[in-house]
Amino acid sequence: MATDVMKKVPVREQDPKVRATNFEEVCLGYNKEEAMAESERCLNCKNARCIQGCPVSINIPGFIEAVKNEDFKKASEIIAESSALPAVCGRVCPQESQCEGVCVRGIKGEPVSIGKLERFVADWARENNVKPEVKAEKKNKKVAVIGSGPSGLTCAGDLAKMGYDVTIFEALHKAGGVLVYGIPEFRLPKDRVVAPEVANVEALGVKIETDVVIGKSTTIDALLDEEGFDAVYVGSGAGLPKFMGIPGEQALGVYSANEFLTRNNLMKAYRDDYDTPIARGKKVVVVGGGNVAMDAARTALRLGAEVHVVYRRSEAELPARVEEVHHAKEEGIIFDLLQNPIEILEDENGWVKGIRVIKMELGEPDESGRRRPVEIKGSEYEIECDTVIMSLGTSPNPLISSTTKGLEINKRQCIVADDTTGATSKEGVYAGGDAVTGAATVILAMGAGKAAAKGIDEFLSK
Amino acid sequence: MFKIRKAEMLCENICQQVIEAPRIAKTCEPGQFVIVRADETAERVPLTISDYDRKEGTVTITTQVIGASSYKLSQFKTGDSIADITGPLGQPSEFVNEPIEEVRKRKYLFVGGGLGTAPVYPQVKWCKENGVDFDVVIGTKTKDLLIMEKEYTEIAGEHYHLTTDDGSYKHKGMVTSVMDELIAAGNHYDICVAIGPMIMMKFAAKTALDAGIHTIVSMNPIMVDGTGMCGACRLTVDGEVKFACVDGPEFDASKVDFDAAMKRMALYKTEEGRAYLKAKEGDTHHGGCGNCE
Repeated sequence: MATDVMKKVPVREQDPKVRATNFEEVCLGYNKEEAMAESERCLNCKNARCIQGCPVSINIPGFIEAVKNEDFKKASEIIAESSALPAVCGRVCPQESQCEGVCVRGIKGEPVSIGKLERFVADWARENNVKPEVKAEKKNKKVAVIGSGPSGLTCAGDLAKMGYDVTIFEALHKAGGVLVYGIPEFRLPKDRVVAPEVANVEALGVKIETDVVIGKSTTIDALLDEEGFDAVYVGSGAGLPKFMGIPGEQALGVYSANEFLTRNNLMKAYRDDYDTPIARGKKVVVVGGGNVAMDAARTALRLGAEVHVVYRRSEAELPARVEEVHHAKEEGIIFDLLQNPIEILEDENGWVKGIRVIKMELGEPDESGRRRPVEIKGSEYEIECDTVIMSLGTSPNPLISSTTKGLEINKRQCIVADDTTGATSKEGVYAGGDAVTGAATVILAMGAGKAAAKGIDEFLSK
Repeated sequence: MFKIRKAEMLCENICQQVIEAPRIAKTCEPGQFVIVRADETAERVPLTISDYDRKEGTVTITTQVIGASSYKLSQFKTGDSIADITGPLGQPSEFVNEPIEEVRKRKYLFVGGGLGTAPVYPQVKWCKENGVDFDVVIGTKTKDLLIMEKEYTEIAGEHYHLTTDDGSYKHKGMVTSVMDELIAAGNHYDICVAIGPMIMMKFAAKTALDAGIHTIVSMNPIMVDGTGMCGACRLTVDGEVKFACVDGPEFDASKVDFDAAMKRMALYKTEEGRAYLKAKEGDTHHGGCGNCE
C-alpha cells in the first residue's frame, strides 16, 4: 500500500465541502491495513527519541511493533501503561512538536504517523471491548482530584492503578473538562470517544462526583480535615476568558470562545433536541489565532456562517496547530491576518453590526521572541459582521486559590507547583495542568497529572 | 440526580421546590445562587437560593415558568429528581461576612418585586435570626401572583409591607411608592437591598439612592457554567467589566449600568426582541433561554 516509504500512509478525511455542514468527525482514521502499512515505516530505534518527545513517555516503538505483528490487544496494553486517554491523545495531541517532531524518519521524509497509529489502537481496543486491568492492592488511603479534565483523569487513573481510593470532583454536570466543553465534536466525538475513556478511568475504581464546585460547595481544607482525604490534586483548568477592553465589547452577539464552545459542545446547542440556544451568525469574526480560535471558527462555520479569523500577527506566528489551520482553510475559513480590532460597532438594538480593525506590521521581536505587531497609522477599516467571538486566552480562576489556606500563587495568578512532583506550597496538595501553566495542551496537562500521581504516591508512602 | 423533597406551584406561573442537596445546604449563605438543570436536554438555569435547611440538607429554589427549561422544571412532582443542581455560587450578601455588632447597628430596607420575593427571603430570615432591624417591601402585579405571604408574615410581622400594582390586595402602587411612604414617615435606613425585575431594581435603587441610602441589587443575567468560565454574565459595574457569577450576583446599585444590562434583557422580554432572537438563533432558539416571558 505504502508506495513511498518516505511519506506517511495518508489518512482518510471527510470531504471539506461536506464536513463544513456537519458535526461528524473530520478525520476518519486508519483502518487495519493502513495502520499495519504505516507501522512498517517505524525503524524501531534503540534509543527512541519519540519516547522522550512524549510528555507521558509512551513506549511508542513497542506499541508500533505490536501493530506490525497484528497484536492490537498487546499494543493497547503497552499504551495503557502510560496513558489513560489514548483515543483522545491520538486525536488532539500536537504530535508534530512532540513524538513525531523528533522521529528519525522525519529527517529525510515524513515522520511515522504516531498519532494516527495511537488512535487506531485505542479505537480498536474500544470497539473490541478491551479494558485496562486493575491489579494493585488496595492502599486504604483517599485522594481527592479536583477537575475531570485530561490532567485530573490521568492523575486519578494512575493513583487508582497504584491502589488508592480516588474521588474526582467536577464542577460541571458532565465529566471530561475541556474534552467535553471545549473541543468540538468534529475533532473529538463525545459519546463515541470521550465517554468511553472516562468510563475506563471509572472502571479502575475512580469515583466521579459531578456538580461539586471546589471553593464553593466545599473547600480543599474541608476535604482534608473533614472528609478524610489524605491528599488532593488540583487539575481545575484554565479559567476566566479574557476580553480586549475595546468599546462595544458588551454588545449583543459578542461571545467569549469559552461561552460559544460550551453552548455548542457541553450544552449541545447545535442539536434541535436540546434547549440551549446559540447565535447562528451570518458573518462571524473570531478574534485570536490559537487552537481554541480555530475550534470556534470551524464551529461557527458549521452553524452556517461565513467566518473570518482576525489575528494581529502573520500566519507564521499563528499559535494553532498547523493541521487545524490547514483544516480550517480547507473548509473555507477566511484568515484576515496582521489586523487588530479596535472597536465593535452596534446597531440600534445593541446587536453587533461590524468590527473596526487596524492593520498591523511586524516590528522588533518581543520577550516571547516573536516579532511584535505594530499598528499602521491610518489603516483602520470596518468588517461587517453580526457575531464576534473573542478567543484571547484565559486567566486563572481564583475560586480555589482564594479559598485554600497557604496555597501559593504566582504573579499570573497560577498555582505554584513543582515540575517533577506537582507539590504545592501546602502539604498534601498537588497541582498541575492549566491551573499551574496557564492555557496549554491536553497532553501537557496529562503529563503533569502523571507526575503528580507519582509525587502523591511518594508523599503518602512516607 | 437530586431528589425533590417537596414541589408546589406558588401561583399560576411560579413553582417552588425543596431539593435534597446536602453539600449546598451545608455551605450556602443568603445572596448566593445555584445552577439547575432539569434533565439531560435542559439548559443550565441560574436561580438565587430562596431558602435552605442545613439540618435537613435541603435548598429551596423558586422558578418562574418562562421557557422550555423552566417549564420542564415546573412539571416535576414531590419525589421526582432533577438531573443537576450546583452551588452555592457567587458571593454571599455583604452582611454575612461583616462583624455582627456592626450589622446590628444598621437598619435594612429589603425590597422584593415579583419573583424577587423569593431570593429576598433568606436575607430577611438571616436578619431576623441575627437580631438585625429591617423593614421589607414586597410588590407584585396583582394578588394572584403574590408568593410566600405566610413565610413573610411569620418572620417579619408588622415590618412586612405588601403592595400590588393594581391595588387588588393591600396597598396599591409600585414598591417605590411604599418606599417613599416609609422614608417620609421618618424611618431611617442604612442599607437597601432590592431584588426583582431589572426595571423595578432600577427605580427602587433610584428611590433609595435619592434618599441617601446605600443600595445593593442582585443581578441575574444569562449564564452558562456559573463558575466564571464563559463570561456570558459580564456586566459593566463602575466602568469595569465584572462577571455576575463570580463577582456578584449582588452589586452596589450606584455603580451598575442598568440601561446596558436592560438592553440585553429587553431582547428576551419583548415580542420584537424575541422575534429578533429567533432570527439570530435560528432553529436553536426554542424559547428555552430562561428569560422569555
